[in-house]
Amino acid sequence: MSEDGEVLIAVSDLTKHYGPIRAVDGISFEVRRGDVLGFLGPNGAGKTTAMKMITGFLEPDRGSIAVAGIDVAADRLAVSRRIGYLPEDAPAYGEMTVEAFLCFIAEARELEAADEAIEAVLGTAHLGSVRGQTIETLSKGYKRRVGLAQALIHDPDVLILDEPTDGLDPNQKAVVQDLISSLSSDRCIVLSTHILDEAERVCNRAVILSEGRILVDSTPAALVTQAPGHNAVRFRVTEGDAEEVAARLAEAEWCASARVLPGGEVEAEPAGGENRLNDVLAAVGEHRVADVSVREGRLDELFRDVTRGVAA
Amino acid sequence: MSALARRFTGLRAVLRREFHGYFASPLGYIFIVIFLIASGYLMVSRDFGRFLELREANLDALFSYLPWIFVVLVPAVAMRLWAEERRSGTVELLLTLPITLEGSYLGKFLAGWAFLAVSVFLTWPAVFQVARLGDPDWGAIFASYVATLLAAAVLLAIGLLFSALSKNQVVAFILAVAASVGFLLIGVPQTQEFVGKWFGGYVERLVSSLSLLDHFEALTRGLLQLNSLLFFVLFTVGWLVCGMLVLGQTKTN
Repeated sequence: MSEDGEVLIAVSDLTKHYGPIRAVDGISFEVRRGDVLGFLGPNGAGKTTAMKMITGFLEPDRGSIAVAGIDVAADRLAVSRRIGYLPEDAPAYGEMTVEAFLCFIAEARELEAADEAIEAVLGTAHLGSVRGQTIETLSKGYKRRVGLAQALIHDPDVLILDEPTDGLDPNQKAVVQDLISSLSSDRCIVLSTHILDEAERVCNRAVILSEGRILVDSTPAALVTQAPGHNAVRFRVTEGDAEEVAARLAEAEWCASARVLPGGEVEAEPAGGENRLNDVLAAVGEHRVADVSVREGRLDELFRDVTRGVAA
Repeated sequence: MSALARRFTGLRAVLRREFHGYFASPLGYIFIVIFLIASGYLMVSRDFGRFLELREANLDALFSYLPWIFVVLVPAVAMRLWAEERRSGTVELLLTLPITLEGSYLGKFLAGWAFLAVSVFLTWPAVFQVARLGDPDWGAIFASYVATLLAAAVLLAIGLLFSALSKNQVVAFILAVAASVGFLLIGVPQTQEFVGKWFGGYVERLVSSLSLLDHFEALTRGLLQLNSLLFFVLFTVGWLVCGMLVLGQTKTN
């Protein structure tokens, strides 16, 4: 997370209702140049609604949004010139060719050097080989890249990507994630996802939303250390009683829990997520152990805990 | 940029895309062929226009039936324009570009209208034919084309409203045909007689003044009367504004 970059998105007390349902409930945050912010959260958490409000497609019931210092409510057109937006499922005009579609976007954006911009973005998104194909005939991975290409054509400061890899196969996902990573240096990117690996891979900041509220605002690396089971030590007892070792570990004051796993391995989870490998080995004492490993916390476990309402 | 131009930002890009869109699929060509066959048939048919029997050097036989053809064909031109954007989700892409709702709405309207104009002007062989056979009243023919384009505009504005209202193109089409038929039926003599009998002469005159057919006929006679021109312009603008208000509500559904 960058501390000194220019603030490109400033959201304050943003609230939106759909009838009686409060989709977004008073969220506030800032995103700076250089940030890649991951919006994490279960379906219906308010990620898409928040993004639609940032792009000016939806009007908030309360609160304010400024993009590059411009108030979205006051001047949506000026804001739209600074934002590149990939809506959910990357909608595009299927009957158009990739090139004609990008020409339309360039014309709508009144780009002066439209041809150069189209060539550049065809290269960035690796679309050169399908430029003459109609979009409806493309695979999902290509369609998503067409969506990214239209979002990038004017080299915007702010990129808003709603579930950019949803529904893609692992190879297509990797291509799109690499593309996003390569774009992050000189702008700010907000992307929503429910794939936690993706947040770890491409984001330098993670916000967990649930029921329209921000529960956690941190970095993926810091989140990993807060996740349950971070620095848990796992080993196999080769000589001695695994149950006895587990019971002995469980008594130690630094140990949150210790148990024998169904496969016969012992797992000791340190309280506070600190690395306690030496303490574990000391406590094992006269028993002989093998296959010792220390595992990292897993974001999906934290995600489940947090979004179920358990404090992280 | 003036405030008015700003309000319609993006109009040109949308107009160009939509106009080309009619010719990017067979739909546009099919429409033109059906329109020309239908108008040609009604013009020469013994039951309708009787162009060949009347032996008059005018095109009343052609123009008087065009509003009835439009009742079905104009909703077909309009149905896709917003329903498809909303069904496929591209409306979100469109309205987060530097394009205003008003600009895109008017752009789509003008694209549809330009397409209809192309179709209407492809009736030129009929004009060529009357010029060869006699000495037609060129003023009346010009006025008839103006009237036809104005009728197309008002019906297109109705079709666009229903396209903004329903995500389903078929539903949009059916509702637009029903509304257009209703709009035309106000003008048939039977309706006016009925209204006159039950509600009196004043209401009859009021209904008559709202009749598309009456204003259309007045224009095709060669008189570009201000009140008839105003009728078409006001109703077109009215339907367009209603459609924009509807789309403002339905775009996010």
